[in-house]
Amino acid sequence: MLAVDDLHCERDERVLFSRLSFDVTPGSLLQVQGANGSGKTTLLRILAGLNQDFTGNLYWQGRPRASVLNEFQQSLFYLGHAPSVNRTLTPLQNLRWFCALQGYADDSAILAALTAQGLAGYAEIPCHQLSAGQQRRVSLARLELTAAALWILDEPFTALDRLAVAALELRLSRHAAAGGAVVLTTHHPLKTPSPLSILDLDAQRPEAL
Amino acid sequence: MKRQALGLLACLRATLLRELQIAASSPGKIVNPLMFFVIASALFPLSGRLDLAVLGSIAPGILWVTALLAVMLSMEGLFRSDFDDGTLEQLLLSSQPLYFHLLVKVLGHWLVTGLPLVVIAPLLGLLLNLPAAGYQPLILGLLLGTPTLSLVAAIGTALTVGLARSGLLLAVLVLPLSIPVLVFGAGVVDTALNGLPVAGLFSLLGALLLLAASLAPLAIAASLRISVQ
Amino acid sequence: MLQWLYKLGSPRHFYEMTTGFLPWLAGTTFLLLGIGLVWGLGFAPPDYQMGDNFRIIYIHVPTATGAIWIYAMMATMAAMHLVWNLKVADMVAKSCGIVGTSFCAIALFTGAFWGKPTWGTYWIWDAKLTSFLILLFVYVGVMALRSAFDSETSASKAASVLTLVGVVNLPIIYYAAVWWNTLHQGPSVLGDRDASANPPEIWIPAFFSGFGLIGLLFLIVILHTRNEILYRERRAQWVQELLDGERAHA
Repeated sequence: MLAVDDLHCERDERVLFSRLSFDVTPGSLLQVQGANGSGKTTLLRILAGLNQDFTGNLYWQGRPRASVLNEFQQSLFYLGHAPSVNRTLTPLQNLRWFCALQGYADDSAILAALTAQGLAGYAEIPCHQLSAGQQRRVSLARLELTAAALWILDEPFTALDRLAVAALELRLSRHAAAGGAVVLTTHHPLKTPSPLSILDLDAQRPEAL
Repeated sequence: MKRQALGLLACLRATLLRELQIAASSPGKIVNPLMFFVIASALFPLSGRLDLAVLGSIAPGILWVTALLAVMLSMEGLFRSDFDDGTLEQLLLSSQPLYFHLLVKVLGHWLVTGLPLVVIAPLLGLLLNLPAAGYQPLILGLLLGTPTLSLVAAIGTALTVGLARSGLLLAVLVLPLSIPVLVFGAGVVDTALNGLPVAGLFSLLGALLLLAASLAPLAIAASLRISVQ
Repeated sequence: MLQWLYKLGSPRHFYEMTTGFLPWLAGTTFLLLGIGLVWGLGFAPPDYQMGDNFRIIYIHVPTATGAIWIYAMMATMAAMHLVWNLKVADMVAKSCGIVGTSFCAIALFTGAFWGKPTWGTYWIWDAKLTSFLILLFVYVGVMALRSAFDSETSASKAASVLTLVGVVNLPIIYYAAVWWNTLHQGPSVLGDRDASANPPEIWIPAFFSGFGLIGLLFLIVILHTRNEILYRERRAQWVQELLDGERAHA
């Protein structure tokens, strides 16, 4: 699905990773591991297309990503450190705009997604009145509302309780089983029946040898 | 409600609606630029001699400068909260045409911060003893000029959104670029007060607005992509 | 020719190609400047209108024209950096920013010193001076933006975008200043000097100092770019070897 070739990235005069090549295949999960500051977030942002400060090639469905950028963006779902939820708006307003960005409007789907995250009665409450965990779950509700094939998630299990963690693991596995792909970073040991590859950035770095 | 596909205009309407909803939930966003405009304008007569004729002759300039500052300062918040909570990245990553969404965002922001300035300017004109012939060109000029100022300030905001404490840097970047609008906007009032024809100047202001509306979103998009890295 | 230009885009080749060229450029520049300034400031006959004070134009005019052309060069470099991601283009743009700001400031100051004895005032809000003042603001803005970023790549790209926004704005600013001046001041107080009324002894040193200052501009830009190259590429092999060679000689 997404192929990475000879990726090299530096930040603050440190080489984060060099000559990095790997494939993200449909139906699999790729977990990026490494110590804090090892470049996991940077790598994910490069994969998502937010960070252009690198050398190397990225291919989407076999073609150079830059030439099929619009297709790539339509098939991408990105979740960063910040919940991507506006705190002055309600979950419903936030998710309505998110759906509009995808090109559709469907309130019943939004309400169903919120219910699945355990936020049934909270749809019309401004997000600043919700807890951090609840805001996270509003953000995760977007997973039900996107048709993207490639999910890039940066620390998606942050601020989630045990039940929510299990629910998210299930959701990721279902997505992989349906032919999608997930690239994520997490300190949490993943439990999933889907094929799971681990990319360890510390092992990649020349100094670590 | 069943699933409906949305065309570009409907998506843009959603972005505009979002801007207005966010502004509605924090009244400070509307009131603060307005109060700044009023207070800053009032500082001038308070700090100088109370010669009404002189005050009336510099009133257009005072109003335009304070309007420019009010627009510029209010623009600071255009992208900041979206930058902080990650929504900006979602906008940049979406397959929607960024150009139009940015134009609509600035429009929404202007409706909430710029348009009230235009509405209250006549009252300030009274405070500053603006001669009667100056009101119409002032209002029309601000109506054409404040969106242009918003667009130019949005470029500066987009460049500095990733920097901490960027308010003064924003001023250093944006104010020189806003000088043409300032000159023509205040100039059209002066020209009207001198009894000379103003149609050409309004067309100039309109042309600047069209130029800004067509080119600024490109610069804003490029700047946002740089700031988000 | 095209290949030679293409090679300039690589930091290493730029450095190596300018190393040989630099002494000649420096020599020519100082020769031209020396002739121009000594002749103009010392030996040219006093102006029939302004006496000895006009001599400052030997510095004022080239720096003023220079400030504008440098901005054009900076904008071209900015466009090249954004489109083709050329690092050397950005380094030249950074150097241009510094030289351009200085030239602009020198032009404004020398203009003020020219103005005082000639027209009785240090400053006058005419179209040219006003536009130059705003040009200085724009230059300072670009440099301020560049230094505000921690990351070199973000700083380069942001400064490039702002430079290009400025280049679109500058003609508009100039015409706004011209219009504003006619509205508020009437016809320009300065007027244009009648060039033909002056003997060649006045204008020939001007050519020398003009070209001398152009040479100085290129000299400073190339020197500064070379420094930038060494700094930004300091971890590259060829820079290490170069520095080792220098240390061995020292």
